Amino acid sequence: MKVKLERRAEPSQIMQYLSPLIAVGLTALTGLCMFIAMGKDPASAFYVFTVQPIENLYGVGELLIKASPLILIALGLAVGFRANVWNIGAEGQLTVGVIFSGAVALLCGSQGGFWVLPAMLIAGAFGGMVWAAIPAFLRTRFNANEILTSLMLTYVAQLWLSYLIYGPWRDPAGFNFPQSEPLASSAMFPILIEGTRLNASVLITLAAAVLTWFVLKRSFVGYQLQVAGLSEAAARYAGFSHRRAVWIGMLAGGVAAGIAGVGEIAGPLGQLFPTASPGYGFAAIIVAFLGRLQPIGIVLGGLLISLLYLSGEAAQMTLNLPSAITGLFQGVLLFFLLGADVLINYRVRMISETPVLKRVVA
Amino acid sequence: METLSAILIATLVAGTPLVFAALGELVTERSGVLNLGVEGMMLFGAVTAFAVTYTTHNLWLGVFVAAFAGAALSAVFAFLTLTLNANQVASGLALAIFGAGASAFLGKPYVGVALTHEPFEFAGWVSGIPVIGSFLVQLHPLVYLSWAMFGGVVWFLYRTRAGLVLRAVGESPTSAHSVGYPVNTVRLYAVLFGGAMAGIAGAYLAVVYTSLWTEGMTAGRGWIALALVVFATWRPERVLLGAYLFGGVTTTQLFAQGAGIPVPPEMMSALPYLATIVVLVLISRNPTLVQLNAPAPLGKLFHGEG
Repeated sequence: MKVKLERRAEPSQIMQYLSPLIAVGLTALTGLCMFIAMGKDPASAFYVFTVQPIENLYGVGELLIKASPLILIALGLAVGFRANVWNIGAEGQLTVGVIFSGAVALLCGSQGGFWVLPAMLIAGAFGGMVWAAIPAFLRTRFNANEILTSLMLTYVAQLWLSYLIYGPWRDPAGFNFPQSEPLASSAMFPILIEGTRLNASVLITLAAAVLTWFVLKRSFVGYQLQVAGLSEAAARYAGFSHRRAVWIGMLAGGVAAGIAGVGEIAGPLGQLFPTASPGYGFAAIIVAFLGRLQPIGIVLGGLLISLLYLSGEAAQMTLNLPSAITGLFQGVLLFFLLGADVLINYRVRMISETPVLKRVVA
Repeated sequence: METLSAILIATLVAGTPLVFAALGELVTERSGVLNLGVEGMMLFGAVTAFAVTYTTHNLWLGVFVAAFAGAALSAVFAFLTLTLNANQVASGLALAIFGAGASAFLGKPYVGVALTHEPFEFAGWVSGIPVIGSFLVQLHPLVYLSWAMFGGVVWFLYRTRAGLVLRAVGESPTSAHSVGYPVNTVRLYAVLFGGAMAGIAGAYLAVVYTSLWTEGMTAGRGWIALALVVFATWRPERVLLGAYLFGGVTTTQLFAQGAGIPVPPEMMSALPYLATIVVLVLISRNPTLVQLNAPAPLGKLFHGEG
């Protein structure tokens, strides 16, 4: 017997949606094996990773507040990924969103009124957009690879924020800790549910999901992007500009990441720190793939990766494991997802070693 | 003279991890495979090298295991892209994310731990070499290894039959396949070599360059190595040049600080990343230059039977 991959006549729709479930299942299985190998009780570890983080209202609030930036960024990235525009610098675009909106918030201080938060959102979106526009420009004008340029700019953005927080923006009353002054209440999103940290920024994410669904599924631009992703030659033949696809794809990701940055400082953080996010910009790439570049899928994928962040923290407290286990599982999940995706275009066939001729005779 | 020698040494020391990583990626890409996971493999190599060297106090064992660790991680990539025909860009990103996560997880016990190993002593006659002797002994043996690897790669690619096959596979997999060369086997070896080299690059960073383990310590060098291969238009001798150019950029930071030039350190640290962008733009703006030199099927899958 020999196992062989055989190309399907056409891509399997069912596998398209089954593949993320297979990947999640295999990741869970890997996790259990890992816990057994480390001498932890698999049942309690499973409980820590799935139920414990969300067994009360506060936990559910945390799940949503962490899922929100992941979903928002992934929605923006999906627009580009559909057209094979690989913006992997969302982490940097988020950071610049934090810098721009933070500048607005810190300038206004406690003087500002109701307009501070909208102004921060505009500034943050603009900041993210500018940071994404650079790779878009370099790609369309100079043909420079957007993967590398957007990533290099991520490091630059992080150094910029770190410079500001260690330098001019450091809180003079902050006991020399690297952090900015706390943001005024006018610069903060209102809390939606008392007793949790869940704030109104999730409503933006919700609106973005609906908007993205509309753009991707019901608009001509969405169609053009999809064609560009499936076949560049076909897109060119149809007269769909590749430059435009690059610009739309990059800027969508940049704006989304910038707004996600505002959500962080005007939400759970409440002030600026040298590091803007625990890697949401990179994790959002996994969310986008996991969600099949579809809005509904991305919402589900975002909730799952958010849970993984929470369980990483829970594992640190309960199981005495480093919280970096989150990143480990994120990578494993993406591996399994890419592996399982082979079943969309191929099927597994068992082929007996008997030569064809013998079979015919028999 | 003293300063010049110091600058030169600092440049070589800072450029060496890029030489390893970029040479490895160059061989991988010359076989037609784009592995974006260099950063992940470097981090994985760095953490294994640190752990092994810390436990055994043997630097060479650490470097050796790191090469294996890098190759092991690249084998996962090879399985996904060559066996399962997964998208190379996405799989490379997965490798980068996994490497960062796994190394942070495995490296937790080693954060803030000082590394001790036997310092390497050159034989007495080396420093006796006139003029350059005192210069040579200041370089770590791994720097010499990187030069040996460079010579090896040049010799392999341009002077051996296997190197010719590898380039053929990277230029036209269909033709190579039709004359009977096992395209995906050749690519597997190229990917594994790239992984091992990235592992060594990480090991050099963790045990020689800094002697410390910190989360994400490669700080984008894996991505810079990828840019270097483009900058070098896929030629090994230019990789060497590019790596030391970047090593030089890194050292300006140290010398500016030493000279007391009032520039924020963050701005100096951003220089290598900005330089990478500039270099990419300069090379890529001439599309024929890239198209003529880039392996044609780079990043594309090959569905050969058998």
